Amino acid sequence: MLNNLPQIPLSDWVNSFTSWLTSTFSFIFNPIRNQFGDFMSWTADLLASIPAIIVIILVAVLAFFISGKRIGLSVFSIIGLLLIYNQGLWSELMYTFTLVLISSLLSVIIGVPIGILMSKSKVAETIILPVLDFMQTMPAFVYLIPAVAFFSIGMVPGVFASLIFATPPTVRFTNLGIRQVSTELVEAAEAFGSTGAQRLFKVELPMAKGTIMAGINQTVMLALSMVVIASMIGAPGLGRPVLSALQRAQAGPGFVAGISIVILAIIIDRITQNIYKSK
Amino acid sequence: MPVIEVKNLSKVFGKNTKQSLKLLDDGKTKDEILKQTGDTVGVNRASFEVEAGEIFVIMGLSGSGKSTLIRLINRLIEPTEGSVMIDGENLATMNKENLRRVRREKLSMVFQKFGLFPFRTILENAEYGLEVQGMPKAERAEKAKKALELVGLGDYIQQYPDQLSGGMQQRVGLARALANDPEVLLMDEAFSALDPLIRKDMQDELLELQQSMKKTIIFITHDLDEALRIGDRIALMKDGSIVQIGTPEDILVNPANDYVERFVEDVDRSKVLTAENIMRRPETINIEKHGPRVALERMREEGLSSIYVTDNKRNLKGYVTADDASIARKKEIRDIKEILKTDVPTVERDKPMNEIIEIIYDSPVPIAVVEEGKLVGIIIRGSVLAALAGESEVRLNAE
Ligand SMILES: Nc1ncnc2c1ncn2[C@@H]1O[C@H](COP(=O)(O)OP(=O)(O)OP(=O)(O)O)[C@@H](O)[C@H]1O
Ligand SMILES: [Mg+2]
Repeated sequence: MLNNLPQIPLSDWVNSFTSWLTSTFSFIFNPIRNQFGDFMSWTADLLASIPAIIVIILVAVLAFFISGKRIGLSVFSIIGLLLIYNQGLWSELMYTFTLVLISSLLSVIIGVPIGILMSKSKVAETIILPVLDFMQTMPAFVYLIPAVAFFSIGMVPGVFASLIFATPPTVRFTNLGIRQVSTELVEAAEAFGSTGAQRLFKVELPMAKGTIMAGINQTVMLALSMVVIASMIGAPGLGRPVLSALQRAQAGPGFVAGISIVILAIIIDRITQNIYKSK
Repeated sequence: MPVIEVKNLSKVFGKNTKQSLKLLDDGKTKDEILKQTGDTVGVNRASFEVEAGEIFVIMGLSGSGKSTLIRLINRLIEPTEGSVMIDGENLATMNKENLRRVRREKLSMVFQKFGLFPFRTILENAEYGLEVQGMPKAERAEKAKKALELVGLGDYIQQYPDQLSGGMQQRVGLARALANDPEVLLMDEAFSALDPLIRKDMQDELLELQQSMKKTIIFITHDLDEALRIGDRIALMKDGSIVQIGTPEDILVNPANDYVERFVEDVDRSKVLTAENIMRRPETINIEKHGPRVALERMREEGLSSIYVTDNKRNLKGYVTADDASIARKKEIRDIKEILKTDVPTVERDKPMNEIIEIIYDSPVPIAVVEEGKLVGIIIRGSVLAALAGESEVRLNAE
């Protein structure tokens, strides 16, 4: 009996919706694809043009100071980065780093204000929370399809997919951080006659800073996890050798590229963690 | 003229506030209204006036609506009904902008758990109220420093709150409230989180500050001892209503109803303690040796306004007042007998304290404790209240 019901043309709807979006907003998508894509390649090339040894030293110095003048993270960074260089993956590393950096920055720029909005409005929270759940549980691959439709292939659709996939933790943690500020502090801010903006910038955001940074850390990690997936749509970087090794069933190169991603992940994670732990 | 006039101020938490207010009119209790409408009555038709320079204490058991009431006064909680007049303006109905102005200029609040900003230094905390007004950095730092010096924290301005003890943190809270020189201080259980000794220090300090700065203070506590110590007047709350307002003596001597009586019941020391438990060593002069000059000198040394007079065998003869003595000195009267007053209120050693309260209430001078006509001690009003409040100075085993 169930078989008698006609199939709902859900996929057709989504298809036509996507193509409608693509054609209607091509005047937005196209310039973004071109200008933004150029900008990203330019950034990656610029980074790649700096002598590797200088980048390695800078990272080591940054790691040293940010981890409270302990040597461990610096040593790890030096050895790890040298290994990647030695394996001939340096320019891939720069592309991946650019992708992660820019998509994380965008996630933060978009995510923090949305989080603030959610914390201020019960209605906004009720609407946005399920959307966030949806964004995070949908398999990340699925985002690649509209990304390609809108932005063709390359870094830009990678950033787009990463934005959708990686922004939710920043939004959630911003909302949480602000809602967690104790009532007494909020009352203190109010009782002394703060405006809404003063209350937000002088009390709530500073109090929520640690929580928000924890969310940003997660966002960065998720962005990094998109790297391999994004290489499926032609984004350059460390994901590419992984993908091609997979297609040719070559364990060696796949492992080398994989370990490079892990090294990058550890360095970024420890550095961002230390940012939010330091007061 | 009163600084603050609260009239019929009510707060009902919930969705059916109109209906609940009507039920309150019908004299329904807080519990009945909760059952019928699901609303919680926070404050029910509170009315009172607070005079300039007064310490007005609001006291009541947990859940009686004290915190709600004080937050209605600066409108951290929106009133459901009623008015709060301050300098002729109704705070309950004014717009956001005016409300901010009043909060900045006239009302400051001190919080139970201090409410300090942990990421700001002590100085920056004390500056907060001035900072939001847009005062330039140098000017507000100076004012904040003055306020911090006033509470004895001048040396700690660069520390962070978590580096300070609880008592010191609450001093910062007090300094922050004083920095913008408000007319009224609102203090919600400001000393409840402190341990008893520090707490007493803070009470003393607050009294001193109030003496010198003449602030009007609304102080909340659930602690009768604290209320008796610092209150000029005390309002007692129950289930959101104010059940009695009066001086500490009023509350102790004429409890308005059973509830008040029960609240002050653990002050039943009044029936246990007797005169000898609370009397002090008397300052006296000798009628056979001393004249008005000596009397005046002694009173000045001890800070008294009257002094008892005995003979060589410590038999009580009467007392002289400072006023009389100084007139006598001017007129060069030598004999103390000419200004001696004999309408002395006296009690025996074993007089229970609840009876002493009634005597001392009308008496302009300390009560004399006598044994077979000899003066053995005096009782001042302060030590009666202190004893009722259960202070350690009371000697249960008088020698
Ligand atoms: N935001 C709120 N929503 C609903 N009910 C509330 C709210 N705030 C307070 N109440 C209720 O109002 C009543 C008075 O609470 P309030 O906090 O004013 O009491 P309190 O006298 O300050 O008690 P405590 O000594 O415990 O601080 C209580 O029944 C409480 O449950
Ligand atoms: Mg309370």
